Amino acid sequence: MQVPIDEPCLTIKGLIKDCGPVAGLDGKMIRVLAGVDFTARRGSVTALLGANGAGKTTTLECAQGLQPINGGEIRLLGQDPYRADAHLRSRVGVMLQDGGLPPSARPVALLEHVARMYESPRPVAELVERLGIRSFANTGIRRLSGGQKQRLAMAAALIGRPEVLFLDEPSAGLDPQSRQIVFELIEELRAEGLGIILTTHLMDDAQKLADYVYIIDAGKTVASGTVAELTSATGQQAEQRLLTFDAAPGLDVAGLAYGTLQHLEVTEAATGHYAVRGALTPRDLAALAGWWAEMDILPSSVHMASRTLEDVFLDLSGRTIR
Amino acid sequence: MSAPASLPVRILNQGRYEAVMMLRNGEQLILAVVLPLLAMVALVVTPLLDGYGTSRINMATPGIFALCAMSTAFTGQGIATGFDRRYGVLRYLSTTPLGRAGLIAGKVIAVLAVLLIQVVLVSVVALLIGWRPELSGLVPALLQLFLGAIAFTALGLLVAGTVRPEATLAITNLLWILLAAAGGIIIPVGHLPSLLQPFIEVLPSAALGDALRSALIDSQFNISATLILLAWTILGGLGAVRWFKWS
Repeated sequence: MQVPIDEPCLTIKGLIKDCGPVAGLDGKMIRVLAGVDFTARRGSVTALLGANGAGKTTTLECAQGLQPINGGEIRLLGQDPYRADAHLRSRVGVMLQDGGLPPSARPVALLEHVARMYESPRPVAELVERLGIRSFANTGIRRLSGGQKQRLAMAAALIGRPEVLFLDEPSAGLDPQSRQIVFELIEELRAEGLGIILTTHLMDDAQKLADYVYIIDAGKTVASGTVAELTSATGQQAEQRLLTFDAAPGLDVAGLAYGTLQHLEVTEAATGHYAVRGALTPRDLAALAGWWAEMDILPSSVHMASRTLEDVFLDLSGRTIR
Repeated sequence: MSAPASLPVRILNQGRYEAVMMLRNGEQLILAVVLPLLAMVALVVTPLLDGYGTSRINMATPGIFALCAMSTAFTGQGIATGFDRRYGVLRYLSTTPLGRAGLIAGKVIAVLAVLLIQVVLVSVVALLIGWRPELSGLVPALLQLFLGAIAFTALGLLVAGTVRPEATLAITNLLWILLAAAGGIIIPVGHLPSLLQPFIEVLPSAALGDALRSALIDSQFNISATLILLAWTILGGLGAVRWFKWS
């Protein structure tokens, strides 16, 4: 079955997933996913963002057909992934969080083995070259570094020329050089029209790579949009801004927020580093400058930006990275 | 447009890969080849089996075949699968065109391939020592050995898929020693304490040993032993399907 090019390659609606029984909870089931919505399209990178334990990997494993679901609906290339046949699986590449590579195997031998599962696989030599695997081509997998394993797992995910690519925490354990290689490749694959779905808990990665972001918290989708949409916070919320300034430590920010600026949140985020969050207006800036004048403060730096993805994420998940 | 290789290609490819991994693993090789051959020599030089059968080697060899099946299908395969599960290899491979069913089929093929090599090696050594099997029992014996290998594969998967790999390692090794010594596999049930005989008789180890001895010594088809093996295959298979955890 051919899915039209503009159709989503993955749709998840109201996904519910229970796990367990959990020994520590008297053998009760726990609800890991309680309503995840997610859509990914071809030719774009869609990121699933969440803190550790938010349900990112479980969501991905359900979408990959590795786990049965307890409610909701998943369509991967128009089909139910848990009942996927070999034809569907050949169109989907998966890089698991822990790699899933046999420790006693050797990289190139493993890639050649996996390649034989496909009718017309990508040449192993091409992937070895592209992902810089040559230098450890015949080293036992258990002796590879985290970054080397990640690149090998990525090669294994790509060997069958997939249309949809799942990457669970693709930048975990990557040194700067590996990160560069992997990120460039992801952008190249997007340009080739692959639908790329990745999870990350690194805001920088999402901001750099993702066309579209879904934020999940405690097993639910709590926000979605392009990075620009999420950070500019249109809609009911007025323009959210973040102003930071550096000055002497220990200023009475509570006093500042109490007065004309009480609709803003002012914190000393780090010693001598202050953050003002909220719907900043030009009048607020004047008030802030007035306060500086009154207190005889000359900030050593002042910086203003729209919110970062990290701010959005912290807002939505209770301002703590759990 | 991506497409999978054909089903037989995928399964045979996986079977060959797993068989090579098994044969490259030193510990597995000791378990699969060295220990059974040592056991055979021990049974020939000691009077343990005297009073049964036509000669010590004729009495010992069928049990050694059964021991080989248990080594490879239960202990070796179980341990490998347990660690593959720990490292996420089962999950990764089941996302490729191979799939879950192909992965299991590949394991069965690998077990049968390694068992074939074991049988050839053991047969050659046994024939050199003076083994003279009943020729009419060869085909039934091969079929029963096949059935035994499937039964032990199912049981190995059941253990590997339900407990931690360290526990799989301990359980399958311990059971191998216990069943080899007192499970009716190389020493016939009749040689063991009479109080335990009814329990030992229904073990898959005793059933496989008895079936092979009946075929290769007396050229008889042991129906009850075959039915016991069949029952273990079905029980092990259903249990593995029901309780096997892929991650």
